[in-house]
Amino acid sequence: MMNPISNLNKVFDSRIRLGVMSSLMVNADMSFNDLKQMLEVTDGNLATHLVNLEENGYIKVHKGFIGRKTNTTYSITKAGEKAFKEHIEALESMIKGMK
Amino acid sequence: MDQQHASLEALQDIRRIMDRSSRFLSLSGLSGVSAGVFALIGAYFAYNWIWEYYGRYTERGYNTGDFQHLKWSLLALAAAVLAGAIATSFYFTWRKARKNNLPVWDHTSRKLLINLLIPLMTGGVFVLGLLKYSAWAFVAPSCLIFYGLALVNASKYTLSDIRYVGFMEIILGLINMWYPQYGLYFWGAGFGVLHIVYGLVMWWKYDSH
Repeated sequence: MMNPISNLNKVFDSRIRLGVMSSLMVNADMSFNDLKQMLEVTDGNLATHLVNLEENGYIKVHKGFIGRKTNTTYSITKAGEKAFKEHIEALESMIKGMK
Repeated sequence: MDQQHASLEALQDIRRIMDRSSRFLSLSGLSGVSAGVFALIGAYFAYNWIWEYYGRYTERGYNTGDFQHLKWSLLALAAAVLAGAIATSFYFTWRKARKNNLPVWDHTSRKLLINLLIPLMTGGVFVLGLLKYSAWAFVAPSCLIFYGLALVNASKYTLSDIRYVGFMEIILGLINMWYPQYGLYFWGAGFGVLHIVYGLVMWWKYDSH
Protein backbone atom coordinates (compact mmCIF):
# COMPACT_ATOMS: atom_id res chain seq x y z
CA MET A 1 0.00 0.00 0.00
CA MET A 2 1.13 3.51 -0.76
CA ASN A 3 2.20 5.66 2.13
CA PRO A 4 -0.63 8.16 2.60
CA ILE A 5 1.74 10.88 3.86
CA SER A 6 3.05 11.27 0.32
CA ASN A 7 -0.47 12.28 -0.77
CA LEU A 8 -0.64 15.18 1.67
CA ASN A 9 -0.29 18.48 -0.11
CA LYS A 10 2.64 20.55 1.21
CA VAL A 11 0.85 23.77 0.25
CA PHE A 12 -1.89 22.97 2.78
CA ASP A 13 0.51 22.47 5.68
CA SER A 14 -0.29 26.00 6.76
CA ARG A 15 -3.48 26.37 8.77
CA ILE A 16 -4.21 29.71 7.15
CA ARG A 17 -3.90 28.36 3.60
CA LEU A 18 -6.08 25.41 4.58
CA GLY A 19 -8.57 27.87 6.10
CA VAL A 20 -8.70 29.97 2.92
CA MET A 21 -9.30 26.85 0.82
CA SER A 22 -12.02 25.57 3.19
CA SER A 23 -13.85 28.92 3.04
CA LEU A 24 -13.61 29.13 -0.73
CA MET A 25 -14.88 25.57 -1.16
CA VAL A 26 -18.27 26.59 0.29
CA ASN A 27 -18.46 30.23 -0.90
CA ALA A 28 -18.50 31.18 -4.57
CA ASP A 29 -16.27 34.12 -3.75
CA MET A 30 -15.03 35.98 -0.71
CA SER A 31 -13.43 39.39 -0.29
CA PHE A 32 -10.10 40.00 1.38
CA ASN A 33 -11.85 41.47 4.42
CA ASP A 34 -14.30 38.57 4.73
CA LEU A 35 -11.37 36.13 4.75
CA LYS A 36 -9.47 38.25 7.22
CA GLN A 37 -12.41 38.39 9.62
CA MET A 38 -13.11 34.68 9.19
CA LEU A 39 -9.57 33.49 9.83
CA GLU A 40 -8.55 36.16 12.32
CA VAL A 41 -5.21 37.02 10.75
CA THR A 42 -3.33 40.23 9.96
CA ASP A 43 -3.39 41.86 6.51
CA GLY A 44 0.23 41.07 5.71
CA ASN A 45 0.03 37.49 6.84
CA LEU A 46 -3.11 36.77 4.83
CA ALA A 47 -1.75 38.54 1.72
CA THR A 48 1.39 36.35 1.71
CA HIS A 49 -0.63 33.16 1.92
CA LEU A 50 -3.03 34.31 -0.79
CA VAL A 51 -0.14 35.06 -3.15
CA ASN A 52 1.21 31.58 -2.48
CA LEU A 53 -2.13 29.94 -3.28
CA GLU A 54 -2.51 32.05 -6.40
CA GLU A 55 0.97 31.11 -7.64
CA ASN A 56 0.06 27.46 -7.20
CA GLY A 57 -3.00 28.05 -9.37
CA TYR A 58 -5.41 27.08 -6.60
CA ILE A 59 -7.28 30.39 -6.35
CA LYS A 60 -8.27 33.19 -8.72
CA VAL A 61 -8.10 36.88 -7.88
CA HIS A 62 -10.71 39.33 -9.13
CA LYS A 63 -9.96 43.01 -8.74
CA GLY A 64 -13.05 45.17 -8.73
CA PHE A 65 -14.38 48.42 -7.37
CA ILE A 66 -17.19 49.38 -5.03
CA GLY A 67 -17.51 53.06 -5.79
CA ARG A 68 -13.92 54.25 -5.64
CA LYS A 69 -12.71 51.69 -3.14
CA THR A 70 -10.95 48.64 -4.50
CA ASN A 71 -12.69 45.39 -3.75
CA THR A 72 -10.58 42.30 -4.28
CA THR A 73 -12.38 38.97 -4.21
CA TYR A 74 -11.05 35.45 -4.38
CA SER A 75 -12.51 32.23 -5.71
CA ILE A 76 -11.28 28.67 -6.00
CA THR A 77 -10.05 27.20 -9.32
CA LYS A 78 -10.76 23.72 -10.70
CA ALA A 79 -7.18 22.74 -9.90
CA GLY A 80 -7.60 24.10 -6.37
CA GLU A 81 -10.78 22.12 -5.81
CA LYS A 82 -9.08 18.93 -7.03
CA ALA A 83 -5.98 19.48 -4.87
CA PHE A 84 -8.13 20.22 -1.82
CA LYS A 85 -10.24 17.08 -2.26
CA GLU A 86 -7.13 14.93 -2.66
CA HIS A 87 -5.69 16.46 0.48
CA ILE A 88 -8.84 15.60 2.45
CA GLU A 89 -8.79 12.04 1.14
CA ALA A 90 -5.17 11.72 2.22
CA LEU A 91 -6.05 13.02 5.69
CA GLU A 92 -8.93 10.54 5.91
CA SER A 93 -6.82 7.57 4.88
CA MET A 94 -4.25 8.52 7.50
CA ILE A 95 -6.88 8.40 10.21
CA LYS A 96 -8.21 5.07 8.93
CA GLY A 97 -4.65 3.73 8.96
CA MET A 98 -4.61 4.19 12.71
CA LYS A 99 -7.38 1.68 13.44
CA MET B 1 0.09 8.48 16.29
CA ASP B 2 1.04 12.15 16.21
CA GLN B 3 0.54 12.29 12.46
CA GLN B 4 -2.90 10.74 12.80
CA HIS B 5 -3.85 13.09 15.56
CA ALA B 6 -2.74 16.04 13.42
CA SER B 7 -4.82 14.76 10.49
CA LEU B 8 -7.90 14.49 12.65
CA GLU B 9 -7.38 18.01 13.92
CA ALA B 10 -6.89 19.34 10.40
CA LEU B 11 -10.12 17.70 9.25
CA GLN B 12 -12.03 19.11 12.20
CA ASP B 13 -10.60 22.53 11.41
CA ILE B 14 -11.73 22.28 7.79
CA ARG B 15 -15.19 21.21 8.86
CA ARG B 16 -15.51 24.05 11.35
CA ILE B 17 -14.34 26.70 8.89
CA MET B 18 -16.63 25.40 6.14
CA ASP B 19 -19.60 25.61 8.48
CA ARG B 20 -18.69 28.95 9.94
CA SER B 21 -17.87 30.61 6.64
CA SER B 22 -21.08 29.64 4.88
CA ARG B 23 -23.73 29.77 7.60
CA PHE B 24 -24.60 32.20 10.35
CA LEU B 25 -24.62 29.82 13.29
CA SER B 26 -25.20 32.23 16.16
CA LEU B 27 -28.96 32.40 15.62
CA SER B 28 -30.39 31.72 19.07
CA GLY B 29 -33.47 29.62 19.79
CA LEU B 30 -34.47 32.21 22.40
CA SER B 31 -34.81 34.74 19.56
CA GLY B 32 -37.64 32.61 18.20
CA VAL B 33 -39.25 32.32 21.63
CA SER B 34 -39.17 36.08 22.25
CA ALA B 35 -40.56 36.86 18.79
CA GLY B 36 -43.35 34.33 19.44
CA VAL B 37 -44.21 35.88 22.81
CA PHE B 38 -44.52 39.34 21.21
CA ALA B 39 -46.72 37.90 18.47
CA LEU B 40 -49.08 36.28 20.99
CA ILE B 41 -49.35 39.45 23.08
CA GLY B 42 -50.09 41.38 19.89
CA ALA B 43 -52.72 38.86 18.79
CA TYR B 44 -54.37 39.07 22.23
CA PHE B 45 -54.73 42.86 22.02
CA ALA B 46 -55.89 42.73 18.42
CA TYR B 47 -58.52 40.14 19.32
CA ASN B 48 -59.90 42.29 22.13
CA TRP B 49 -59.94 45.47 20.07
CA ILE B 50 -61.72 43.77 17.20
CA TRP B 51 -64.33 42.35 19.64
CA GLU B 52 -64.90 45.78 21.14
CA TYR B 53 -65.33 47.25 17.68
CA TYR B 54 -67.96 44.68 16.74
CA GLY B 55 -69.68 45.24 20.08
CA ARG B 56 -70.11 48.92 19.23
CA TYR B 57 -71.01 48.02 15.64
CA THR B 58 -74.02 45.92 16.74
CA GLU B 59 -75.01 48.57 19.28
CA ARG B 60 -75.06 51.66 17.08
CA GLY B 61 -74.19 50.56 13.55
CA TYR B 62 -71.32 51.46 11.28
CA ASN B 63 -69.37 54.50 12.31
CA THR B 64 -66.46 55.82 10.22
CA GLY B 65 -64.69 57.18 13.29
CA ASP B 66 -64.80 53.82 15.08
CA PHE B 67 -63.54 52.01 12.02
CA GLN B 68 -60.67 54.45 11.39
CA HIS B 69 -59.74 54.22 15.05
CA LEU B 70 -59.59 50.41 14.90
CA LYS B 71 -57.61 50.48 11.65
CA TRP B 72 -54.90 52.81 12.95
CA SER B 73 -54.72 51.08 16.34
CA LEU B 74 -54.14 47.75 14.63
CA LEU B 75 -51.46 49.20 12.36
CA ALA B 76 -49.70 50.80 15.33
CA LEU B 77 -49.97 47.52 17.24
CA ALA B 78 -48.47 45.62 14.31
CA ALA B 79 -45.55 48.05 14.13
CA ALA B 80 -44.96 47.78 17.90
CA VAL B 81 -45.04 43.97 17.80
CA LEU B 82 -42.61 43.91 14.87
CA ALA B 83 -40.22 46.33 16.59
CA GLY B 84 -40.34 44.40 19.87
CA ALA B 85 -39.86 41.05 18.18
CA ILE B 86 -36.90 42.27 16.09
CA ALA B 87 -35.21 44.03 19.02
CA THR B 88 -35.45 41.08 21.42
CA SER B 89 -34.51 38.46 18.78
CA PHE B 90 -31.51 40.53 17.86
CA TYR B 91 -30.52 40.77 21.51
CA PHE B 92 -30.57 36.98 22.11
CA THR B 93 -28.63 36.30 18.91
CA TRP B 94 -26.12 39.02 19.70
CA ARG B 95 -25.68 37.50 23.15
CA LYS B 96 -25.05 34.03 21.74
CA ALA B 97 -22.52 35.36 19.22
CA ARG B 98 -20.67 37.22 21.95
CA LYS B 99 -20.61 34.15 24.17
CA ASN B 100 -19.04 32.11 21.34
CA ASN B 101 -16.67 34.93 20.43
CA LEU B 102 -18.06 35.20 16.91
CA PRO B 103 -18.88 38.37 15.00
CA VAL B 104 -22.58 39.27 14.67
CA TRP B 105 -22.03 41.23 11.50
CA ASP B 106 -19.95 39.36 8.91
CA HIS B 107 -20.53 38.07 5.42
CA THR B 108 -22.68 35.17 6.68
CA SER B 109 -25.13 37.38 8.58
CA ARG B 110 -25.14 39.77 5.61
CA LYS B 111 -26.11 36.94 3.25
CA LEU B 112 -28.70 35.67 5.71
CA LEU B 113 -30.30 39.09 5.98
CA ILE B 114 -30.36 39.79 2.24
CA ASN B 115 -31.91 36.42 1.45
CA LEU B 116 -34.46 36.82 4.24
CA LEU B 117 -35.40 40.32 3.12
CA ILE B 118 -36.04 39.59 -0.57
CA PRO B 119 -39.28 37.58 -0.02
CA LEU B 120 -40.08 39.53 3.15
CA MET B 121 -40.02 43.00 1.54
CA THR B 122 -41.96 41.63 -1.43
CA GLY B 123 -44.57 40.36 1.03
CA GLY B 124 -44.58 43.67 2.91
CA VAL B 125 -45.37 45.69 -0.20
CA PHE B 126 -47.92 43.09 -1.29
CA VAL B 127 -49.73 43.31 2.06
CA LEU B 128 -49.75 47.14 1.87
CA GLY B 129 -51.48 46.69 -1.48
CA LEU B 130 -54.07 44.42 0.15
CA LEU B 131 -54.69 47.06 2.83
CA LYS B 132 -55.14 49.74 0.18
CA TYR B 133 -58.04 47.73 -1.29
CA SER B 134 -59.34 46.73 2.16
CA ALA B 135 -58.75 43.04 1.47
CA TRP B 136 -58.31 42.50 5.22
CA ALA B 137 -59.12 38.82 5.10
CA PHE B 138 -56.02 38.00 3.08
CA VAL B 139 -53.51 39.90 5.21
CA ALA B 140 -52.86 37.05 7.67
CA PRO B 141 -52.41 34.29 5.06
CA SER B 142 -50.18 36.56 2.95
CA CYS B 143 -47.99 37.37 5.97
CA LEU B 144 -47.63 33.67 6.74
CA ILE B 145 -46.87 32.61 3.17
CA PHE B 146 -44.29 35.31 2.44
CA TYR B 147 -42.65 34.86 5.83
CA GLY B 148 -42.47 31.11 5.22
CA LEU B 149 -40.87 31.65 1.81
CA ALA B 150 -38.38 34.05 3.39
CA LEU B 151 -37.38 31.42 5.97
CA VAL B 152 -36.99 28.69 3.34
CA ASN B 153 -34.87 31.04 1.25
CA ALA B 154 -32.70 32.12 4.20
CA SER B 155 -32.25 28.61 5.61
CA LYS B 156 -29.27 27.98 3.32
CA TYR B 157 -27.36 30.63 5.25
CA THR B 158 -28.11 29.67 8.84
CA LEU B 159 -29.17 26.69 10.98
CA SER B 160 -31.01 24.40 8.57
CA ASP B 161 -33.91 23.81 11.01
CA ILE B 162 -35.30 27.16 9.85
CA ARG B 163 -36.29 25.46 6.61
CA TYR B 164 -38.93 23.34 8.36
CA VAL B 165 -40.34 26.35 10.21
CA GLY B 166 -40.66 27.97 6.78
CA PHE B 167 -42.58 24.99 5.36
CA MET B 168 -44.98 25.00 8.31
CA GLU B 169 -45.63 28.75 7.95
CA ILE B 170 -46.38 28.29 4.23
CA ILE B 171 -48.77 25.40 4.95
CA LEU B 172 -50.57 27.42 7.65
CA GLY B 173 -50.86 30.35 5.25
CA LEU B 174 -52.27 28.22 2.46
CA ILE B 175 -54.88 26.59 4.71
CA ASN B 176 -55.75 30.06 6.01
CA MET B 177 -56.56 31.17 2.43
CA TRP B 178 -59.54 28.79 2.54
CA TYR B 179 -60.68 29.91 5.99
CA PRO B 180 -59.94 33.64 5.86
CA GLN B 181 -62.33 34.44 8.73
CA TYR B 182 -59.92 32.76 11.16
CA GLY B 183 -56.93 34.90 10.10
CA LEU B 184 -56.02 36.02 13.59
CA TYR B 185 -55.95 32.44 14.91
CA PHE B 186 -53.72 31.27 12.05
CA TRP B 187 -51.53 34.34 12.49
CA GLY B 188 -51.18 33.60 16.22
CA ALA B 189 -50.40 29.95 15.53
CA GLY B 190 -47.78 30.73 12.86
CA PHE B 191 -46.04 33.73 14.37
CA GLY B 192 -46.68 32.93 18.04
CA VAL B 193 -46.97 29.22 18.82
CA LEU B 194 -44.70 27.95 16.03
CA HIS B 195 -41.95 30.43 16.91
CA ILE B 196 -42.07 29.47 20.58
CA VAL B 197 -42.14 25.72 19.96
CA TYR B 198 -39.35 25.77 17.37
CA GLY B 199 -37.37 28.29 19.38
CA LEU B 200 -37.44 25.96 22.39
CA VAL B 201 -36.50 22.95 20.25
CA MET B 202 -33.56 24.82 18.75
CA TRP B 203 -32.51 26.23 22.10
CA TRP B 204 -32.56 22.73 23.56
CA LYS B 205 -30.66 21.33 20.56
CA TYR B 206 -27.89 23.94 20.25
CA ASP B 207 -27.68 26.18 23.30
CA SER B 208 -28.82 24.45 26.45
CA HIS B 209 -25.63 22.50 27.15
